[in-house]
Amino acid sequence: MQIAVLTGFVLAALAPLLHRLFGERTGLVLALYPAAVVVWLVQFLPAVMEGETFLFTQAWAPGLGLSLSFMLDGLSMLFALMISGIGTLIMIYASGYLHGHPEQARFYVLILTFMSSMLGLVLADSLITLYIFWELTSITSYLLIGFDHNDADARKSALQGLLVTFSGGLALMSGLIMLNIAGGSWSLQELLTDGEALREHALFVPMLLCLLGGAFTKSAQIPFHFWLPNAMAAPTPVSAYLHSATMVKAGIYLMARLHPALGETFLWTAILSIAGASTMFLGMVMAIRFTAIKKVLAYSTIMALGMLTMLLGIGTKEAIIACMTFMLAHSLYKGALFMVAGILDHETGTKDIAEMGGLRRVMPVTAACAGVAALSLGGVIPLLGFIGKEEMFKAVLHAPDFKNFMLVLSLGTSILVVAVAAIVALRPFFGELKPTPETPHEAPLSMLGGPLVLASLSLLLGLMPSLAGQGVLEAAVSAVMGESVSLHLALWHGINAPLLMSAASLIIGLAIYWGWDRVRAALGRLEPLFSHGPEWAYGRLMDGLVWLAETQTRLLQNGYIRSYLVMTLLTFIGLTGYTLLFRYSPDFSFDIDVALHEAGIVLLMCAGAVSACITRSRLAAVVAAGVMGFCISLIFILFSAPDLGITQLLVETLTAILMILVLFRLPRFSRLSTSFERARDFVVAVATGGLITLLLLMATNVSLFPSISGYMIENSQPLGQGLNIVNVILVDIRALDTMGEIFVLALAAIGAFAMLKLRPKELQDG
Amino acid sequence: MVKPGTLILNVAAGLLMPLQLMFALFLLLRGHDEPGGGFIAGLVGAGAFALYQFAHGPAATRRLLHVDTRDLIGWGLFLAILSALPGWALGEPFLTAQFWKVPVIDVKVSTPLVFDIGVFLVVLGSVLTAVITLTELDQAEAERKERREEGRDKTWNR
Repeated sequence: MQIAVLTGFVLAALAPLLHRLFGERTGLVLALYPAAVVVWLVQFLPAVMEGETFLFTQAWAPGLGLSLSFMLDGLSMLFALMISGIGTLIMIYASGYLHGHPEQARFYVLILTFMSSMLGLVLADSLITLYIFWELTSITSYLLIGFDHNDADARKSALQGLLVTFSGGLALMSGLIMLNIAGGSWSLQELLTDGEALREHALFVPMLLCLLGGAFTKSAQIPFHFWLPNAMAAPTPVSAYLHSATMVKAGIYLMARLHPALGETFLWTAILSIAGASTMFLGMVMAIRFTAIKKVLAYSTIMALGMLTMLLGIGTKEAIIACMTFMLAHSLYKGALFMVAGILDHETGTKDIAEMGGLRRVMPVTAACAGVAALSLGGVIPLLGFIGKEEMFKAVLHAPDFKNFMLVLSLGTSILVVAVAAIVALRPFFGELKPTPETPHEAPLSMLGGPLVLASLSLLLGLMPSLAGQGVLEAAVSAVMGESVSLHLALWHGINAPLLMSAASLIIGLAIYWGWDRVRAALGRLEPLFSHGPEWAYGRLMDGLVWLAETQTRLLQNGYIRSYLVMTLLTFIGLTGYTLLFRYSPDFSFDIDVALHEAGIVLLMCAGAVSACITRSRLAAVVAAGVMGFCISLIFILFSAPDLGITQLLVETLTAILMILVLFRLPRFSRLSTSFERARDFVVAVATGGLITLLLLMATNVSLFPSISGYMIENSQPLGQGLNIVNVILVDIRALDTMGEIFVLALAAIGAFAMLKLRPKELQDG
Repeated sequence: MVKPGTLILNVAAGLLMPLQLMFALFLLLRGHDEPGGGFIAGLVGAGAFALYQFAHGPAATRRLLHVDTRDLIGWGLFLAILSALPGWALGEPFLTAQFWKVPVIDVKVSTPLVFDIGVFLVVLGSVLTAVITLTELDQAEAERKERREEGRDKTWNR
């Protein structure tokens, strides 16, 4: 299982190479990866449908209880199939959409990384694994929204999406940690078996709120929805894939995953039902305000995410069935519609629906795909979207709580959805052929393949719902319910309340479509309301953050290294001194047993320190400091730590070299500080030195933890096969720490390089 | 600025640098059992190149190195990560050390050694990036100053 997930990362790293090899056909070649994942998943399908769960665990850092673990059950299966299936089509589509684009390689690197991260997210069993993949999808989404990084708007939208989903990610992390504290395990598999313990734990409320914070930001629930329409700055394959079919459903996945353990509590039902229903309705109201096709689609995605959240909130068997069915339907038709939107943009050169018309004659296949997908969106018989909507109405009608509230909103939503479906499917294709910036003609096959397959699936699964119903949907519903559920989806249930509601919304929705221009004008009067929404609040928050950063930087980081030093040392004296003097009783029972040569070295050190302070020549100061360093390394060697001694020696030498290089850049030595400042610095310096001395003296007597050196000495040879214990610790026993350190070192070097070399032109020349 | 090219330094650097580099290699390879190791070796190696640079200037040092110092850092990190994987592939936790013996020549090869080489490269690359960049900046500034003075001279002559 880990191979299926991790291959994508390897391929991502190789993508630039593959692009050099295959050129314009790279997308087609790379589409083999998600296609292979589909095949690989399908072989598990029969067993998963039987209710089996596949587990894979690889110890990562067993000492910390961390492991890389994946699981495959019905819910993971449904998501993984959607990710890899639609992913295959998207890769093919992208090869057409980005034809001739100079930065294709970068696109493939990012989209493959995303694909793997998303697969990892839905297949994760360990909470840590889940969290890491969750954040990886946010990062890749950020890079993909800002793919056109010369466009300031795209960059701004990318950052907005990143900040919103990352703050949610932080909440999620806290939630996951609380989940671990309450449930005593990092494994989802184990946590879900004991929902009772989680629900009754004292941390339940903060835990649920934090987890939902993560899910709501990722899945664009109001009031965190505003980043999603802005994310449409991304290339269309990205919008189709990340921002409608997969990434934005990560929050839905998380809620569905946790439903067996955390669901069916009042708090869960209340938050999810109300937030979901509101998001669903308001998303649709906002959708019909726009004429940019991708914006309209983005808001209708918000509607879908709201509906899924609401259904998970209801939590009955019917609701979960509706949720899974509608999610599949949505992924199919929305993917198709986005790809159609991309085709229209690509072929006509405009993104505005109001500027398109009559394209049916020049682009018949595109028009057909758009029509079928829009019928599914509008919930018209006999498409899968219809079944999804019927199930939704049924679930809402039988909801135990908040029934009337949700019923009104879902009826309103479904009316507006019909209008929107008509807007995207009828407006561009029917009526007079309008002149567009580019002369439209039918899209290439690579771009038509995706919408064709997805639209046909919408139709096929609508006509034969048992194909999906008895297949993966049943397994998914069982996983979300936490018990085995059998499912019977059907197109025709006879004339009942849901059907009448569908019919009513169809008629009213079409009426709204005919009066769309007037509706838009009416909603335009509400503009002040919309412009003071959550996005406005986000803007204010960001301004405040920048102000805070500026103020504290001016205060604390004024560019003078002396004030940094004073600040750091005073903080150290304050905190450590306080702890040392008030928490511990001073106890210096040490015996002076110093050999003559040791005393000599110490005296030499003191002399070095004093002369470094009083000399007026910088070079002499460097040399004097060097004397101290060499003396220290001598002491290391005397106390039989040759490695430390050598290292100290070399560091001193190189520091002297670097210092001399810098010294030449400094102005002539002159005394600028007043006597008061010098006195103050003297006091700070003496206090710091004194405190360190005190600390050392006390540390030799205080032993809070048993020494670990015994373990290291004993195990260095048998476990590490090395006699040099210091080295064995560095490269074997504590290799993870060393790994962290070399990364820090590398970052420091790159930072220094950037500061010296990559300065703005005017500074460099000045 | 630091002026390259005094005779004694040039000769000394030519003689010392190979010795220093060999010493660095020696420290690196014996580090697991005797004092030494990647970090120390990296510092010694950086010292060697720094000496060469003082004698012959940054441009010559870059030519001698063939690779960009920042690439050294990248390769070092790559090797360190690579050394973490064999243990993982064999079903043990990430970073578990693996030891092999090359049969004919009887040499101990291990993932900690690969890791140590990674550390060596990162240290070498980081120090050299700082040293060479600083010197280059110094040189560029001095050249600008010279040019400005030349310009002033010309106007004076006129």
